Amino acid sequence: MLVHAGLIAVIALIAFPLYYAFVISTQSLGEVTSVPPRLTPSWHVGENYAAAWVKGKLGRLLVNSLVMAVGIAVGKIAISILSAFAIVYFNFRGKQVVFWMIFVTLMLPVPVRIMSTYEVISTLGWIDSYWGLTVPLMASATATFLFRQFYQTVPDSLAEAAQLDGAGPLRFLWSFLLPLSGTNIAALFVILFIYGWNEYLWPLMVTNSEEMRTVVIGIEKLVPRGGGEIPEWNVIMAAAMMALLPPVAVILFMQRWFVKGLIESEK
Amino acid sequence: MKRTVFRNRWLPYLLVLPQVVVTLVFFFWPAFGSLRLALYRTSPFGDRLIFAGLDNYTRLLGSGEYLQSAVNSFVFAFGVTFGGLTASLGLAVLANQKIRGLAIYRTALLWPYGIAPAVAGIIWLFIFHPAYGVLPYVLAAVGSFQFNWLLEGWVAMLMLITAAVWKQLGYNIAFFLAGLQSIPTSVLEAAQVDGADPVRRFWRVVFPLLSPITFFLFVLNMVFSFFETFGLVHAVTQGGPGHATEILVYKAYNDGFVNQQLGTSAAQSVILMVVVIGLTMLQFRYAEKRVTY
Repeated sequence: MLVHAGLIAVIALIAFPLYYAFVISTQSLGEVTSVPPRLTPSWHVGENYAAAWVKGKLGRLLVNSLVMAVGIAVGKIAISILSAFAIVYFNFRGKQVVFWMIFVTLMLPVPVRIMSTYEVISTLGWIDSYWGLTVPLMASATATFLFRQFYQTVPDSLAEAAQLDGAGPLRFLWSFLLPLSGTNIAALFVILFIYGWNEYLWPLMVTNSEEMRTVVIGIEKLVPRGGGEIPEWNVIMAAAMMALLPPVAVILFMQRWFVKGLIESEK
Repeated sequence: MKRTVFRNRWLPYLLVLPQVVVTLVFFFWPAFGSLRLALYRTSPFGDRLIFAGLDNYTRLLGSGEYLQSAVNSFVFAFGVTFGGLTASLGLAVLANQKIRGLAIYRTALLWPYGIAPAVAGIIWLFIFHPAYGVLPYVLAAVGSFQFNWLLEGWVAMLMLITAAVWKQLGYNIAFFLAGLQSIPTSVLEAAQVDGADPVRRFWRVVFPLLSPITFFLFVLNMVFSFFETFGLVHAVTQGGPGHATEILVYKAYNDGFVNQQLGTSAAQSVILMVVVIGLTMLQFRYAEKRVTY
C-alpha cells in the first residue's frame, strides 16, 4: 500500500506541469492572471483552443509536423534497411568505407553544421519545402546499426533455404527478412516519429514562410517578446497541449514498441 | 560474423546508395564546409568573405562572451545531468517494486519523453512566471527574495534546467529500471543475510552494479543537453536575461543566422564538433567495456 502511495506521489509530481498547462488552457485570461493562482479547470476550453487554432494556424502546422515526423521515420527506416542488408549479406569492395562513413554521422549532429547545411539546402532550392524538412535528416547510424545487429542474429540457414527455393537477394529481403523485422520497425518508427515531431533547429533553419513551419516552432511565435502585448497564456497553453498530444499519444498507444525502441536504439 | 550468402556485382552498391548520398550531401559536405568557412571572415559590408586563417578561433577563445556561453553550457549540462540522474535514480528505485500494475505505472512515468524540449520549456515558463506563476507564488510565501527570471540570470538557468530534467526523467527512469531489474535477487538476499541495511545495500551492492548504466546515461544526457536543447533556449529565454542562458549551440546559431557572422559561427560549429567527437568516443569506450564484461 505504501509503495503504491509513493509511486502515485511520484507520478503526480511528474504529471503536475502537464496538468497545470491543461488547467491554464481552460481558463479565461482573467482567471489565468488571478492571484493566488487557480489550480482547477474552467469552462473556456472551446474558445481558447479555437483561438489557438486560428491565431497559430495550427491546422497547417500540425500537417507539416506530421509530414516531417512520418517522412523522417519512414525514410530513415527504409534506407537503413537497405544499407544494413547490403552490409550483412554481401561482400563488396569499399564495405568498410561505407560502414565507417555511416558511423561518423553520429558525430555530426545538426548544430555542428548549421551554416553550411543551410547553404546546401538553398543551393538545392529546398528551402521551404517538404524535401528540405525531411530528406537531409534521413541518414541514421543508429537505425542502420540496429538492423545490422538484427540481421546478424537471423540464422544463415534461412538465406540458404531461400536460395534453394530460387529466391534472389531482393526476394529474400522482401519475403523473409522484412516480415521478421516487424517489431524492430515498429519500435524504431515510434522513436523516430517523436524525434521528427520534436526537431526544432532544423525546421527553424530551412523554412522561411509561416506556411511551412512546424508546430513546435509555431508556439514560440505565440509568445510575445518585449512589453507591448499582453501574452494570452491560456491560448499559448492550448496550442502547447495540441502540439504535445500526438507524440505523447504515440507513446501511450504504442507503449510496448516504444520501450523496446528506447532500449534497442541506444545500445 | 555472418557467412555472406549472396553474390552480385552491383546490387550491394545500389542498396547502400541512398544512405551514402544523404550522408555525403547533408553530413560530410556541410561538415567540410564548416571547416572551410571557419577560416574566413565576413567583410564589413557583409558582401564577401576574406581569408582570415585561424583568426576566428583565436578571437573566439579570447572573447569573454564566448567563454561565458561555454560556462553557461557546462553549468546547464551538468545541472541537467546530475540533477536529472539523481532524481531519476531515486524515482526508479521507488518504482522498482514487485507490485501489480507495474506496466501502467511505467507508462505513467515515461510519457514526458514525447514532449518537445521547447514545449516543455513553454510550460515551465508559465510555472516560473514572475506575476502569475505557481512557483514564485509558493516561494514568496516561504521567504522574500527576487525570484524573477527576467531579472535574475540564475533563475532563468534554473528554469531551463528544470524543464530539461522534467523532459528527460521518464527516459532515465526507464533505463535505471531496466538495470535494477537485471540485478539478481540472490545478490540482494545475500547482502541482507550479511546484515546490510537497505541504505548500505543500495550503496554497496546496487549502485556499483548500476554503474555501467549510470555512465551510459551520463554521456547520453550530456549529449542531450549540449546538442538537443536549442529549441528550449530559443523558445523560452532566447539566451537572456543578458547572456545568462546563451549556450554554445544557441550562440552559434545566433551569430551565424541572425548576425550573419558566418566565419565565427562556423568556427563555433567546429569547436562543437570536437565536443561531440569527445562524447562519442567516451560512449564507445564504455560500449567496448561492456562487451568484455
